[in-house]
Amino acid sequence: MPDVIKTKTDATTDALAPPAAGAPESAADGHKSQGKPRSLWGDAWYDLRHRPMFWISSILLLFLIVVAAFPGLFTSVDPRDGDLTNHFLTKPELGSFFQPDWFGYDGQGRSIYARVVYGTRASILVGVGVTAAVTIIGGLLGMLAGYFGGWLDSIISRITDIFFGIPFLLGAMVVLNAFTERKVYVVIFALAFLGWTSICRVMRSSVITAKQADYVTAARALGAGTKRILFRHVLPNAMAPTIVVATIALGGYISAEATLSFLGLGLADPTISWGIDIAQGSKDIRDNPHALFFPAGMLSLTVFAFIMLGDAVRDALDPKLR
Amino acid sequence: MTIIEETSSVPTPRSGDSDTTPLLEVRDLHVEFHTRDGVAKAVNGVNYSVSSGETLAVLGESGSGKSVTAQAIMGILDMPPGSIPQGQILYRGQDMLTMSYEERRKIRGRKIAMIFQDALSSLNPVLSVGYQLGEMYRVHEGLSRKAAKAKAIELMERVNIPAAKARVNDYPHQFSGGMRQRIMIAMALALEPDLIIADEPTTALDVTVQAQVMDLLADLQREFNMGLILITHDLGVVADVADKIAVMYAGRIVETAPVHELYKRPAHPYTRGLLDSIPRLDQKGQELYAIKGLPPNLLKIPAGCAFNPRCPKAQDICRTDVPVLDPVTEQDGTELPGRGSACHFWKETIHG
Amino acid sequence: MGRYVARRLLQMIPVFIGTTLIIFLMVHILPGDPIRAMWGDKAADPAQVAALRADFGLDQPLWKQYVDYMWGLLQGDFGKTFGGREVADEMSEAFPVTLRLTMVALIIEIIIGIGLGAWAGLKAGKAVDTGVLIFTLVVISIPVFVLGYLARFVLADELGWVAPNVQDSTDYAQLFLPGFVLAMLSMAYVARLTRTTFAENLRADYMRTAMAKGLPRRRIVGVHLLRNSLIPVVTFLGTDVGGFIGGAVITEGIFNVQGVGNLLFKALQGREGSTIVGVVTVFVLIILLINLVVDLLYAVLDPRIRYA
Repeated sequence: MPDVIKTKTDATTDALAPPAAGAPESAADGHKSQGKPRSLWGDAWYDLRHRPMFWISSILLLFLIVVAAFPGLFTSVDPRDGDLTNHFLTKPELGSFFQPDWFGYDGQGRSIYARVVYGTRASILVGVGVTAAVTIIGGLLGMLAGYFGGWLDSIISRITDIFFGIPFLLGAMVVLNAFTERKVYVVIFALAFLGWTSICRVMRSSVITAKQADYVTAARALGAGTKRILFRHVLPNAMAPTIVVATIALGGYISAEATLSFLGLGLADPTISWGIDIAQGSKDIRDNPHALFFPAGMLSLTVFAFIMLGDAVRDALDPKLR
Repeated sequence: MTIIEETSSVPTPRSGDSDTTPLLEVRDLHVEFHTRDGVAKAVNGVNYSVSSGETLAVLGESGSGKSVTAQAIMGILDMPPGSIPQGQILYRGQDMLTMSYEERRKIRGRKIAMIFQDALSSLNPVLSVGYQLGEMYRVHEGLSRKAAKAKAIELMERVNIPAAKARVNDYPHQFSGGMRQRIMIAMALALEPDLIIADEPTTALDVTVQAQVMDLLADLQREFNMGLILITHDLGVVADVADKIAVMYAGRIVETAPVHELYKRPAHPYTRGLLDSIPRLDQKGQELYAIKGLPPNLLKIPAGCAFNPRCPKAQDICRTDVPVLDPVTEQDGTELPGRGSACHFWKETIHG
Repeated sequence: MGRYVARRLLQMIPVFIGTTLIIFLMVHILPGDPIRAMWGDKAADPAQVAALRADFGLDQPLWKQYVDYMWGLLQGDFGKTFGGREVADEMSEAFPVTLRLTMVALIIEIIIGIGLGAWAGLKAGKAVDTGVLIFTLVVISIPVFVLGYLARFVLADELGWVAPNVQDSTDYAQLFLPGFVLAMLSMAYVARLTRTTFAENLRADYMRTAMAKGLPRRRIVGVHLLRNSLIPVVTFLGTDVGGFIGGAVITEGIFNVQGVGNLLFKALQGREGSTIVGVVTVFVLIILLINLVVDLLYAVLDPRIRYA
C-alpha cells in the first residue's frame, strides 16, 4: 500500500510544485509568462480572493471563532442551568432572536440556544488543536524522513505504516476508552495520536520532490548549509500539499469529536459538546426534534465552513485543477 | 480588426488534379480564448490553402497561433474557453464550421488526420498500441477486433517498426521516442487520409531520429499523394520537405512564399530575423543574431503591426496601421507567384 | 509479481505486530479492574477474584500477556470473554452481518459516487458541476450519526417506508437504508475524486488525439477517459476501508444491526479486552490485505506500474 500512496501524493506534489520553465504553447497560457510574474503563493492568494466560497467560509469561521472565544457575548444564560418546568419546552413558534428560548429547551429544561453557543468552543478547540498537533508532529517527522532518508526514513516510515493500519475512528474509540476523565485535551491527544500519519506521508513525499529540484541543487552548489536549504528552499516549496491536507482534515476532526462524544467515548459532562447534546436529543427525536436539530445543525454548519475553506485552499494551491 | 485580403493561391506543384478547388482552404479565421485576465486573440484572420500532394509549412514562435489554427481545422479546440467568432474552413469547398458534429467527426481521422508533437502524452498510456491503432479501423470501417489488430500490425510494419507482430500488444511507454512518433504517424495514416496536419512532429525527438521521421513522413506523403500541413518553428526541417511556407506572428500570416524564395529573399523583417538567427558555419566567431524582445501578449496585441516593438525598421506608420498581406513583386513590377508580405516596407526589405 | 506479493506479505508482519501491540496496550492499561467490576457494588470474594484473574492471565506481566495472546492467535484462538464465550464464536456471528452491510454500502457508493462524479466532471464549470459540488460538500459536512438519525426519523418514523430497525440482517431490502447511510460520506468523496480525475484527464493530450481520430463521443469517454480516470478511484476505494469500518460502528448502532460494530461497542462498554483486541486485529488484517489487493489491481489497470 505505501507504494500506491506514494505515487498518489507524488502526483499531487508535482502539480503543486511552482510552475517551472516551458510555458505551454496554448494561447491562453502564453500571456502568463509575460506581465508581472506571480509566485505560487501570490497566484493562490489572487485565486482565493476571487472565490465566493473562500469569503463565505472565512466570514462563517470568523464568526464561529468569536462565538467560541466569547460565548458570554451571545447569551447571558448559564448553559448548565436546568429548569425542569421548561422540559422540552418550545414556545408556540420557538423563541425570539438571541433570547434563551430562541431554540427552545432540552429535556432537562436547559436553554438549547445557550448550549449551542457554549458548545462551539469544544468543537473549535478540538478541530484546531488536533490540526495543529498533527501538522507539527506529522510535518516534522515527514520532513526528517524525506530530507535525510536512509535509516531515519525507514524507521519513521515503518512507524507510520503501523499507525496507518489502525482505522482512525475505531482506534480513537479504543484509545479514549482507556481514559476515565475525558477533557478536551484528552480528545485532542487521542485524535492526534492516530491522525498524524497522513500529514507525515504527504510531507515526506513533497520534501523528497522538492529536495530533488534544480534550485536545491543550485543552492547546494552555492554552498548553502543544511539548515538553510531545508528551511529556505525545501520547506516553503513542500508546504502547499501539507496545508491543503491539514485544512481539509480540520472539518473531519470536528466531526470525529462529535461522533465520539455522541457514542459516549469523547467529551463528557460537564464539558458542553454538540455531540453529547445530539446523543441526548436523539433519544426523543419523534416528539422533540428541536433538541436534536439545533446542535446537529450547528455542528454541520461548522464542519461545512471548514471543509469549504479547505476546498477553496486546495483549488487555489493546486493549479492543475483549475 | 483588419481583415486580410485573400492571398493569391499558389499554383500547385506536381498537380495531377484538374480540380481547381484546393483540398483545404482556411479563410479569414479568427480564434479567441476567454481567460481570467481577458480575451486572448490567438488567431486574427488567417488565410491559407493546401492541395493534394502539396506541403505547406507553417512557421512561427510559441503563441503565434500556428497550432491553434491546426486545432481549429481538426475541430479539437477546447470550446469554451476557445471560440471561433469569424472565418471559414473549407474542406473540398465545404465549410466544416457549419457542419454537424457527426459530419465533422467522420472527416476527422478518415479524411484529415493529425500528428501531435509529444507522442508519449498523446497516446493513451493504459491502452496497447495495437488497440489504439486498430481503433481507427473498428470505428471508421467497422472491422472486428481481430481484423483490426491484423491491420494494426500491417501499419506498424509500414512505418518500419521492427518486430511489429511481437510488439503490437505493448504499451506506449515501452517504445522509444522515435518509435512512438512512428506509431503516431501510423495512426494518422491508417485510413489513408487526404490531408495530414503534423504539429511539430519532430521537436521532441533526438536530432538523429528527427531526420528519419521526417523522411518517413515525406515518403508516405508522396506515396499517397496527400496534402501536408507541417507546423514547426524549425527552419531547418522546413527547407527539405515543404513546397511553400506561411510565417505566422501574433495570430496573423506575415509572409507567404515558395520555400526556396523565402530563404533567398525574405520580404518581412520578422522572417529576416528568423533566418539571421540560424547559426551558420561561415559566421563562426561572430555573435549570433537574436530578435530582441518577447513574443507579444495576446491579451494586448500592440496597435499597428504586431511586430513593431521588436522590429529594427519600425516607423510611425507601423505603430498605427495594421499592414495587410500584399502581393510581393519584383522591382520592375513582375509578379512573384505565391509571394506575399504583411509589412509596410516590404519593398525595402526584399530589394533594399 | 509473485516475489512482490511475497515481499509485501513479509512486510505486513511487523506492521501487524506493531498495530496489535498498540491496541493491546491501549486496552490493557485501563485503570480499574474489569474482574472486580463484574461484582458491581457488591463485595467480591478476593479468592474468587484472584482465581478469575489467573484464569484470564491478568496476573501476568503485560508483555507476557501479549505474547500469550499472539501465540493463541497463531493457533486461531482469540480468547474468551469474561462471560465465558469464545471471542471467535462471537465474531463469526457478527462478521457476516457487517460484511453484507458493507457490500450494500460499497455498491451504492460505487454506482452513485462514480456516476455523480463522472456527470459533474464531464460538465466541469457548468451548473451540474456546481450542484454536485455543493451536494457533496453538504454530505461531507453532516456527520454520519446525524445523517443516520435524520434518515431513520424521516424515512422510517415519519413516512414509514422502511423499518427503523434491521430485524433480519440477511434481508438486503432491510439493509438498504443503513447501507445507504454508511455509504454517504465515502460516496461524496468518490464523487469528488471522480469529478476531479475526469475533469483533469479530459484535458489530457491523449483525449485530444482520441478526438482527432474521429472517435464517437461515447467511445472517447467510455474507453479513453474512463480507463484512465478509474485508477485513482479504485485506489481510494481500497484505502477507504478503514473509514467504512468506523462508520459501521455508528450505523449499526443507529439501525440496531447486530454486526461487528455493535459487538465492538458493547465490548468497549463492558471492557471486554479480548473482544476489543480480537475485532480490531481482524480489521487490521482485512485492511492490510485489501491494500495489497488494491496495489495489485493498480498494476493491472495501469500498465506503467510494474512490481518486481
